[in-house]
Amino acid sequence: MQVDIKTTEMKPIRNTYGHIAERFGDKPASRYQEATYDLQATDHFHYRPLWEPEKELIDESRTKLKMKDWYAFKDPRQFYYGTYVAARAKMNEGAEANFNFVDSKGLAEKLTDSVISTVKECILPLRHLGLSANMNNSEMTAKGFGTVTTQATMYYAMDHLGIAQYISRIGLVVDGNTGTSLTQAKALWMDAPYLQGLRRLAEDTLCCDDWFELFVAQNLVLDGMMYPLVYESIINSIEEQGGTAISMLTDFMTQWMKETKRWVDAEINVAAGESEYNKDLIQSWITKWSKRATEALAPLADKALGASGAAAMKDAAQSLNSRVAKCGLSL
Amino acid sequence: MSQKVYIALQDIEDARPIIEAITDDNPHAVLLKYPAMVRIEAEGKLVIKRETIEEKVGRDFDLQELHLTLITLGGNIDETDDEFILQWKN
Repeated sequence: MQVDIKTTEMKPIRNTYGHIAERFGDKPASRYQEATYDLQATDHFHYRPLWEPEKELIDESRTKLKMKDWYAFKDPRQFYYGTYVAARAKMNEGAEANFNFVDSKGLAEKLTDSVISTVKECILPLRHLGLSANMNNSEMTAKGFGTVTTQATMYYAMDHLGIAQYISRIGLVVDGNTGTSLTQAKALWMDAPYLQGLRRLAEDTLCCDDWFELFVAQNLVLDGMMYPLVYESIINSIEEQGGTAISMLTDFMTQWMKETKRWVDAEINVAAGESEYNKDLIQSWITKWSKRATEALAPLADKALGASGAAAMKDAAQSLNSRVAKCGLSL
Repeated sequence: MSQKVYIALQDIEDARPIIEAITDDNPHAVLLKYPAMVRIEAEGKLVIKRETIEEKVGRDFDLQELHLTLITLGGNIDETDDEFILQWKN
């Protein structure tokens, strides 16, 4: 007896959702596309919000930036909840391994006093800066328009919570799990003169009403200068003084910035590329906030690096400038 | 007569960016759809580039991940970290 095996092809009835097919063509869509594009409601809202009755609950006019299509953006990392969580879980695994290594080898006890005081005075207070970064991004998520942007700002907000927690853990590593370094860092954040400019800037960003201006101020400018300054220049100098353990414990932040700036740059690139009006607007925000960020970060750089603080500030500005230059913008 | 090189991948979500990258990088390649399988044939040479796939998936990609969705292939393989090249070397 002969058996013929025949295959029958079962075609799916549809490749993807109608609104996704309209945007990307009628073909199988990626999960990122299906979990992102045209997801947020745009019409037929019910009551206007009591806290801002002149606008709809979700309203394009909460920023001066103008986009024909708020879904022209794309997160190059293609993060939706599933991929975001998977990516961060992997990074956390690495960070946990680093903390365990430092702990098991007793590396914290080998740190010199000067390294420990730089960590206590210049790194630990930044956990409070993480709070405003978190709240600012939550604000962008609440007021922003288009899931493609607002889901990424929410992830950014959560990332800053995570980073602040890692900073706190570094505090516990250097103070032998007593928490005294954190109390001290809070006191410095509230009163130390070299941090007051930064605290003032953080508070001013919290009061920024325009959500895309806030994106420029916080995610592009402040983080774009603070990360190279702290997690490259300051950490490098700590490393040179024998603080390799600290550099291992901040590896998460370095990796995170490397990954996340791709999204921030993509966002700015699309927004500025939309029109001259947008470009001028973003340029004016960059000019305004980069001046503030430079003033606020300079005392911290001087405190941590002494004489080479000014050079580190220049590097930080240069790092940001080379990013925005690709979009035809400058500091 | 020259023989064609080919690569067949499972027709699943994970393979889609790879398939797209291959067709983008090899305009002369022919895409054939079968039940649950996609076969890509080309005269001469097929190049699979890590960089193009990374652009599509939005993350770092190790070319060895290709094997997770690979069904079969025909051709001599030249492999580096950046490229996976199929061609017949007679």
